[in-house]
Amino acid sequence: MNFNEKAGRVSGVSNIADEPDELDEALTEFRLSVYAWSEAAYSRTRTAVVPGRRRIWRLAAGWALGCVLVAGGGSAGVWEHHQHQQEMRITAARVAEQQRLAAQQQLWQEDEDLLAKVDSDVSRQVPAAMEPLGQLMVGDETR
Amino acid sequence: MAMAEEIGAEEFSAVVARHRVQIFRFLLASTRDVDLAETLTQDCFLKAHRNWKSFRGESSAMTWLMRIAINLQKDHWRNRRMQFWRHARTNAVDMGEASEWLPSGERSAEQQLLARERVHQVSKAVEGLSERQRTVFLLRYMEEAELSEIARATGLSEGTVKAHLSRAVAKVRAELGGRQ
Repeated sequence: MNFNEKAGRVSGVSNIADEPDELDEALTEFRLSVYAWSEAAYSRTRTAVVPGRRRIWRLAAGWALGCVLVAGGGSAGVWEHHQHQQEMRITAARVAEQQRLAAQQQLWQEDEDLLAKVDSDVSRQVPAAMEPLGQLMVGDETR
Repeated sequence: MAMAEEIGAEEFSAVVARHRVQIFRFLLASTRDVDLAETLTQDCFLKAHRNWKSFRGESSAMTWLMRIAINLQKDHWRNRRMQFWRHARTNAVDMGEASEWLPSGERSAEQQLLARERVHQVSKAVEGLSERQRTVFLLRYMEEAELSEIARATGLSEGTVKAHLSRAVAKVRAELGGRQ
């Protein structure tokens, strides 16, 4: 007897004759139960859910909203990046301007210092050169 | 060439129609999960279809299909990714589900109750068997396969099949004895 011939049989375990009565009976009942369970599970109706029109619209709207959100998020990121770049450029220009002004200021200061030094040198030398004239002026006063 | 393929496809369709219920039943009894049994049954026939040309008819088509089903079931539980689900299923599934399907027949309410209880005990015992013992036990006592067929389907020797069967029956008997 092969598998196929046995498939049609539902009851009777005559080929298990060695087993005690209760075990034989229990195994028969077990087999009957599994056969019935399997048959019920095998022939149960299976429902495939077809998405309705409203569901399709909802799905499409969901996708559209998702796309908008993604695009919005992306462009916001790009805009923010652009702003950041702009700010960086402005800051860099400001710093460069400040540095240029500081350098110019330093040059002016150096010029000022040089002129002041020349003035002080000249003021120290001129009195010595004018000494004889000064003495004449003192003699006139005593007279 | 196309003609031969057509004949092959027709043959295979006939095999599917003839054995699908039996394969599903075996997998349902082994896994006790309707969805899983359906999935594995489909996988079994898909695999069989792919290898149909290499089937040489050394054993019956049913034995060959049963062998594929047994291997698929083994692979399924061996798969590490399924360990969590296996654990969850073991904790969640009612042990005696088959008992709810026992045909009432000509029995009294009390007899039905006792019969259900017995089926529940057998289910519980089968659940507690090792994978190999369970396979051998179900093939023998549910599908009424001969020892030689079981040996071919499982790839074990007849002696090993006998040993597994003997241990499985002892466990079921012990479970039923504990109830009394």
